[in-house]
Amino acid sequence: MKSLDELAKIKESRRAALKIREGVPSATEKAHVMMCGGAGCISSKCLEVVDAMKEALSKNGIAEQVQIILTGCMGPCDMGPVAIVYPDATFYRRLKPKDAEAIVEEHIMKGNLVQRLLYRAPGAKEPTPKVTDIDLFAKQKKIVLRNNFYIDPTSIEDYIANDGYAALGKALTQMQPAEIIEEVKKSGLRGRGGAGFSTGMKWGFTAAASGSPKYVVCNGDEGDPGAFMDRSVLEGDPHSVIEGMAICGRAIGAEQGYVYVRAEYPLAIERLDYAIQKARENGLLGKDILGTGFNFDIEIRIGAGAFVCGEETALLTSIEGKRGEPRPRPPFPANAGVWGKPTVLNNVETWANIPEIILKGAAAYAAIGTEKSKGTKVFALAGRINNTGIIEVPMGTTLREIVFEIGGGIPRKKAFKAVQTGGPSGGCIPADYLDTPVDYDSLGALGAIMGSGGMIVLDEDSCMVDIAKFFLDFVVDESCGKCSPCRIGTKRMYEILDNISKGKGKEGDIELLVELATTIKATALCGLGQTAPNPVLSTIRYFRKEYEEHIRDKKCACNVCELEE
Amino acid sequence: MSKVTLTIDGIQITVPKGATVLEAAEQAGIFIPTFCHDPQLSKPGACRICVVEIPGARNLPASCVTEATEGMVVNTASPAVIEARKTNLELLLANHPTDCLTCEKSGDCRLQEYAYFYGVKQGAFKGEKHNYPIEDDNPFIVRDMNKCILCGKCIRMCEEVQGNDVINFAYRGFNSIVTPAMGAHYADTEISNCVFCGGCVSVCPVGALSEKGMIGKGRRWEVKKVTTTCPYCGVGCQFDLNVKNGKVIGVTSTDGEVNGRALCVKGRFGYGFIHHPDRLTTPLIKKDGKFVEATWDEAVDLIVKKIGSIKEKCGPDALGLLSSARVTNEENYLMNKLARAVIGTNNIDHCARLCHAPTVAGMATAYGSGAMTNSFAEIPGADFILISGTNTTDTHPVAGAMIKQAARNGSTLVVVDPRKTELAKLAKYHLQIKSGTDIALFNGLANVIIAEGLCDKEFVNNRTEDFEAFKATVAKYTPEYVEGITGIRAETIREVALGYAKAKNASIFFTMGITQHICGTHNVFSIANLCMLCGQIGKESSGVNPLRGQNNVQGSCDMGALPVVYTGYQSITVEENRKKFAAAWNVQELPAKIGLTVGELLGECGKSIKGMYIMGENPVISDPDANQVMHELKKLDFLVVQDIFLTETAQFADVVLPGASFAEKDGTFTNTERHVQLVRKAIEPIGNSKPDWEIICMVATAMGYPMSYGSAAEIMDEVASLTPSYAGISFARLEKGSLQWPCLSADHPGTKFLHSGKFARGLGKFHAVEHIPPDELPDNEYPFILSTGRRRYHYHTGTMTQRTGALEVFYPTEYLEVSCPDAEKLGVCDGDRVRVASRRGQVEVAVKITDTVVPGLVFTSFQYPDVPINRLTNPARDPISKIPDLKVCAVKIDKVG
Repeated sequence: MKSLDELAKIKESRRAALKIREGVPSATEKAHVMMCGGAGCISSKCLEVVDAMKEALSKNGIAEQVQIILTGCMGPCDMGPVAIVYPDATFYRRLKPKDAEAIVEEHIMKGNLVQRLLYRAPGAKEPTPKVTDIDLFAKQKKIVLRNNFYIDPTSIEDYIANDGYAALGKALTQMQPAEIIEEVKKSGLRGRGGAGFSTGMKWGFTAAASGSPKYVVCNGDEGDPGAFMDRSVLEGDPHSVIEGMAICGRAIGAEQGYVYVRAEYPLAIERLDYAIQKARENGLLGKDILGTGFNFDIEIRIGAGAFVCGEETALLTSIEGKRGEPRPRPPFPANAGVWGKPTVLNNVETWANIPEIILKGAAAYAAIGTEKSKGTKVFALAGRINNTGIIEVPMGTTLREIVFEIGGGIPRKKAFKAVQTGGPSGGCIPADYLDTPVDYDSLGALGAIMGSGGMIVLDEDSCMVDIAKFFLDFVVDESCGKCSPCRIGTKRMYEILDNISKGKGKEGDIELLVELATTIKATALCGLGQTAPNPVLSTIRYFRKEYEEHIRDKKCACNVCELEE
Repeated sequence: MSKVTLTIDGIQITVPKGATVLEAAEQAGIFIPTFCHDPQLSKPGACRICVVEIPGARNLPASCVTEATEGMVVNTASPAVIEARKTNLELLLANHPTDCLTCEKSGDCRLQEYAYFYGVKQGAFKGEKHNYPIEDDNPFIVRDMNKCILCGKCIRMCEEVQGNDVINFAYRGFNSIVTPAMGAHYADTEISNCVFCGGCVSVCPVGALSEKGMIGKGRRWEVKKVTTTCPYCGVGCQFDLNVKNGKVIGVTSTDGEVNGRALCVKGRFGYGFIHHPDRLTTPLIKKDGKFVEATWDEAVDLIVKKIGSIKEKCGPDALGLLSSARVTNEENYLMNKLARAVIGTNNIDHCARLCHAPTVAGMATAYGSGAMTNSFAEIPGADFILISGTNTTDTHPVAGAMIKQAARNGSTLVVVDPRKTELAKLAKYHLQIKSGTDIALFNGLANVIIAEGLCDKEFVNNRTEDFEAFKATVAKYTPEYVEGITGIRAETIREVALGYAKAKNASIFFTMGITQHICGTHNVFSIANLCMLCGQIGKESSGVNPLRGQNNVQGSCDMGALPVVYTGYQSITVEENRKKFAAAWNVQELPAKIGLTVGELLGECGKSIKGMYIMGENPVISDPDANQVMHELKKLDFLVVQDIFLTETAQFADVVLPGASFAEKDGTFTNTERHVQLVRKAIEPIGNSKPDWEIICMVATAMGYPMSYGSAAEIMDEVASLTPSYAGISFARLEKGSLQWPCLSADHPGTKFLHSGKFARGLGKFHAVEHIPPDELPDNEYPFILSTGRRRYHYHTGTMTQRTGALEVFYPTEYLEVSCPDAEKLGVCDGDRVRVASRRGQVEVAVKITDTVVPGLVFTSFQYPDVPINRLTNPARDPISKIPDLKVCAVKIDKVG
């Protein structure tokens, strides 16, 4: 397409065809079945359900009147495969191929909901059929994941129907680069990779940096254990990332973007690659985008299994084809990024926020969240919690709301012990702080971090020494080895911790851990090393007694550690 | 340049903006320890031992990568800093063997030094330690990765200086290790790509990498380091000879002006010849066909008697002298004086005849000077580099590495060579021309440039002459016509021509592939023409750069070891010059008759030439048609050979005089880019050998011409007094740093690049030259072209490199490079022995199948006495410079057995 008019026409016609997903019954179609096609549901074999459903539709001769759409991740992974049937927005869960017939013949053909497949809130007798009535969803606020219930991620028309590329059109035709940057600054958006630096300022620095060409990079090397926010975006709404990056290209004067995705995300890579191809075909990437003379294109770079490549400088080094090792900052990527050129690097979730900010304006976005943390945040809930999966909530939502209301609380009536945020760089927050609002600064004050959004809930049966050891083991394995504090220091910390967990710890070990941790934090080269001791330090801070029990009493109260002798 | 002022440990210091905190601290004389930092390499900021405290910073930043800013306050020794450094050292020591008692690096190990300084003991952390096998399967370098602290300097040295990428980190975290690809050893060169330059060893701060030859030979504090100049190729690297108890025990890098710390395998590991048992330690006189030991007096007396009688009977021109490109300038100067002032002949020449005689002839005629127009330091500034007929990474490895660096940094590299050399593989364009078609190619490039209107008219009009004749000649060399001669696609010729003409700074490098042809001088003319056509000369990073092959071949030419010139190319045919030198040398008159060249001297043996005095040359191996050379030498009435070994040539001598090696004397070498550098005496002469200059003085004095100097420096003073281009050069100045000639007076800074503003001869002269096919082309009987050259691991005729205990161990035998299709035709596999024969002789050699040569071309070196390939080569000569056509001769090949 060569103009905004063409874009608007596509939107108009497609929007009409998708009215059914907004609850408006269609004259020609009986239903749209939105089947969650996130990696989680695919693992629980949603594709077999789709096949069975297609078969049932054919058998009943209504294949032409029902669309089955494989969407991005809908969130409640532990209930998968899940699906929403429109126009009535009925939410089904734990689907098996054998359930397909009932949904087709009872629900779609006769209008009778299949009761046994409906969601029931923990403790509730009656099911909650409608997705918008379910607490888990109702308390969320979706900006980043705005399209995951709504569109087919492989359909650029679907994306356009829901205002897709309208923000890019606005940025190209109605805004000057400086205005775009100003808008992003005013929105208060902070980096969703975890560090929380102001995205608008980052763009501003890069725009002001001398050197050309400039680059736009997307960090999709999500690696924290149990975190899959970015995967959900890339799988469910790849165009939102493309659009965000293109807007930035316009703002800073870049014509080339790279998306760095970890190799462990084949579906995300496939969908993103397809989306890039479609965007090119439709003139939304490449030369003379929307007839405005603006050129921008994107290449995918696939990681090779190194966690450290999620660290921005290592990622840039890896894009250049070198061994993915961090380099010292400054210079920051804004001045010396890919190939030493000024580069904006943001993570997937940050990018997905951009179109919404540009289209609806900074003020609308900044109205959400807390004073210093604006907008929403996507979290991956894992561990000892009922509703594991992906959620998106406004900044400032308390931990209690997340764990107990949206997350459905702790299973088997166990007591909540702590929540670990920020993965290997983060820390554990004990029950005393459940009413803390989730924002960058509050979590930081507790010795944890916002991080990229991993939230692992721990209950009374979780041993904190074991948890610390788990994360340290991860870091030892993932340390690139470039700087000695991280390379050797984390290894020695792990060895000390391992001894403690085996009942071989001795007096002074905790102090030695703290001393070593302090040096590593103070002297390691990159963010990985500088934060690697956090899980140990925060568990010592809040659960020192457990360490002492292991050392003095040779005892693991939770019966998790295998103590020798 | 703007400056910033900061405070370090309470001391205010002002540094240039952009300086790091570490640099600022160094300037202030404040110590900060470093492992991974190296001022000449990129900055990884990895080891974290150099951390400092800067209020406001959120952690302890590494000073090596932290820019000093205005008003910054830095504390390099706060409790937090000291604590962090100690913990860091404890961690490193926790995974490090404690064998300092026997470790080669003890006394020169930073880990040891800092542990001592900070009082850190081992044992703070116990846990897993690595236990890697020690890599000790090559004769040069021992690698003990258990001692590696992963600073990565070796990796950066290899990548950034040598351009080889042999090693990198493998695995990650605690299991990180520095290794060649696939875990190969250095010695697996097919995988590792290692060339044993030893750059890695030179930067290793601990005992992980050691020079094998130095292990157990001496503690670092027992060693005296003597900075001197390398005795191998013409690059002129400087290094430190490590001396203990009067013995050279090794070579280590110094910060050489030309080479920095880079060296090649020969320079770093090829010193073993100095103390080799084969060294000549006493004069020898041949009696009844056998050499017997003699005193200096006996030997010199015999020389005086024999030479005197030849001179008396047949006149001075019945004697010929070969000087040497390996000995010092001072010695070459005295040999020139011996020939001209003492004996009275201009029959003096040396092996430059076999390498760059056409360069000297061609460039001197075209420009007025035969030397490299630019310096190696200008390579990075050239955005277009054309190298022709030079396998630089083998023959001039350190210069080759500089060209590789430039190519890596974006310079366009064009390689003209019939062989697919290492640089050819890296080049943007490899013009794999048919051997001996260079003139056609360069004329073709000129043709395109003129046709496209890209010739630098202003330069041509103002600074050159004879352009029209040249233009008329190249008119027929259209790319299509040249394609027919050279085999290079017309389109490629066009692209390269445009690239050269449009380049901001274009440098051309060449060696024997240009000169060793019957049209060698014309080849040089064709290159000289191209430079002038585009004005790519007379400015920085632009010009013509013949890489001289031997350590002092530039100097021996400069010193007048040539039949037609005195020092500084002052012609003997000019009466004024003869008078000047006669007066200085205190003789009545000097001979005016032009002397004979190497080939002519050898050809006249037994005829007009009755006696020869050969110093540091080995024509029996190095000269073409070697069978004939041996035959000729036998015809002489008297032959003196002065050398450090009993060479193949010395075997024919009547008297052999033992010279001292470069390690045993003072003097200067002039490298290929006109850098005059000091050679410093590190040890006493071996046995009863003497520095060549002392020997020449003895002989001259015995001949009745008193010649005596108190030192090599005095000889240089005499050279300077007689030679305008060396007028400002003295040992006293050279002690402070090398000088590039022309250096016209004591306060002249020397000259980085030549022909700025004006050519040495005034106007640059175009020469219209036509393509001339090689003298001997393949036919049915001799269907292959044989080309000869050098190997990285060896030097000249191997007299030194075959006696190092290292080079010849790693590269013990020579082979013949044969293309795959030819090998198939011949029915031979790798390692099979073949007989290679030309119309003049034959040798046996093993085959190596390679894609380096094209079908129809075979290649080997002349560096192995057991593969004396020059018995085959063609003595047909370039009529101007008299260089033989060593690059093309027709041969046949048969499988042996």
